[in-house]
Amino acid sequence: MYKKTLYDSLKEDIRYQEGLKACINCGTCTAICPAAGVSDYDPREVMDIVQNEDEEELKKLLSSDTIWRCGECLSCKTRCPRNNTPAYVIQSLRALSIESGLFRESHQGRMQRDIMRTMSDHMLEYGYCVYFDGIDTDKFPEQGPVWDWIKENKEKVLERLGCSYKQDRAGSLRAIPKSSLDDLKAIFKETGAMARFKKLEEL
Amino acid sequence: MSNLIVPVKNLEWQKYQKEIANDHYYLARSCIRQNVFPAAEDIFMKILREELGKDIFDDPAQTTCTGIAYHSGLIPFETTMTVVARQFSLMQDAGYENFVCSCVTSFGIYSEVIETWHHFPETLAKTREQLLKSTGRVFEIPKNVVHASDLIFKFREELSKKLKYRLVNKETGKPLKVVDHIGCHYAKIFPEKGIGGAEYPYVLAGLTDEFGGEQVNYPERRHCCGFGFRQYLLKENRGYSVTNSKIKFDSMKPYKPDLIIGNCPGCTFFLDRWQYVIAEMEGITYGEGGFGIPSLTYEEITALLLGYNPWDIGLQVHQVAVEPLLDKIGIEYVKSEKYLGLNGEDIGEPQKPKVLMQ
Repeated sequence: MYKKTLYDSLKEDIRYQEGLKACINCGTCTAICPAAGVSDYDPREVMDIVQNEDEEELKKLLSSDTIWRCGECLSCKTRCPRNNTPAYVIQSLRALSIESGLFRESHQGRMQRDIMRTMSDHMLEYGYCVYFDGIDTDKFPEQGPVWDWIKENKEKVLERLGCSYKQDRAGSLRAIPKSSLDDLKAIFKETGAMARFKKLEEL
Repeated sequence: MSNLIVPVKNLEWQKYQKEIANDHYYLARSCIRQNVFPAAEDIFMKILREELGKDIFDDPAQTTCTGIAYHSGLIPFETTMTVVARQFSLMQDAGYENFVCSCVTSFGIYSEVIETWHHFPETLAKTREQLLKSTGRVFEIPKNVVHASDLIFKFREELSKKLKYRLVNKETGKPLKVVDHIGCHYAKIFPEKGIGGAEYPYVLAGLTDEFGGEQVNYPERRHCCGFGFRQYLLKENRGYSVTNSKIKFDSMKPYKPDLIIGNCPGCTFFLDRWQYVIAEMEGITYGEGGFGIPSLTYEEITALLLGYNPWDIGLQVHQVAVEPLLDKIGIEYVKSEKYLGLNGEDIGEPQKPKVLMQ
């Protein structure tokens, strides 16, 4: 019986289909890449590996920190002379790494669980990707002393700025209605986000 | 020779025009902007409603577009497409056909989803099915999707006539030097969806020109601010973010900019806060006299020049002090009111950083 390969799965992903046309390995993506300048990351090499269609090399890539280094700024999409998008290829590799469980093999892959725990709470509990209550200068020291002042005086500062913080009305930082949060949860369940969260918990 | 080349390049933006509806918009708020610049979107709506007489709807039922989670590799694209479809369904319920989003990541998301539905029609059918099954909702794609900065750009001449102040140094009469920073997802993904495209975006440069300032064309002008989504969210990876912002600051410093103007909530935040971090960690400051370079959004700048009180529009929640900019322009303000609560209540002040001047 034919066993589905990692490449079979990768090629089903529309982000992969759109991301890799025909790479000429010119390195323009690496030259423009903010991640390449600050970490051991080379999008040209990633494109080279996936284009070679070597199953073992793909498995190594999916198990590595490499695929988690991209910042998804999409600068590579603008500049590629052949209309490839290395960041889209990265998106498909990340999805497959989680789906196949290979994310567990790399430190950066395992860190996805930490990000997921915070952000899934913010989205499903508050309806925002990030929410005021979960931001403090212990986790985000760059917020600076002004953030400590805002947090210590949150009702008064946010009222001064005309916000609807935790209020049942339109406006900035409002309490998003339960019916909207229920919709969000139902969408997450229907479209595979909950299943991905479960995968990330299986370390 | 350079005099011949520069004007040609400056006209490149004109190749990239886009449709921007004149009125009647459904507003999609930004998660980041609401948290870090919580007054900005209300100022944007006030400018549209009260200065321009436009109709804009602020819907309490909207949610995150999931953009940050999607670009952090946390959720499938199908989830994002269906959440976007729900936002469009809400717009339809409210009786609108034009969609304006405050977040540049969201603008990229909405553009990407619509393009995907166009190029892969089976994904549109699947999204319709998944939205109906999960929420009982149906939707239509908006006639017009724009970023909030597009609207300020569109009406820049009308706004310019109402300005109380201009981007001009009050003492010298010279234009202020303005660095524009365009969020990557505004036009790098789909250049045709941004005013001026990806290489010569004009959406903020156009405001700068119209409001009397002078563009600073520095080497790293188009470089990413360094958000990086998961790279910023993970404390251990945050060096990615500060390093990329520092690349920009080091590159712009020799041009002595008076102001950074951004259209992306995240970028504007990082270009504010990383100056604080670099000052405290390295002792380096980028403005004059130990101050930083104020990093403001397009609606904050417009509101300031219209004569709004800086503390009503939330400039006290920036970490880089804005007073040097206010003084250069000659904006009237009361420094002692900066940190007061509603009705003048004394609620204390933030601690001062050790290095960065306040």
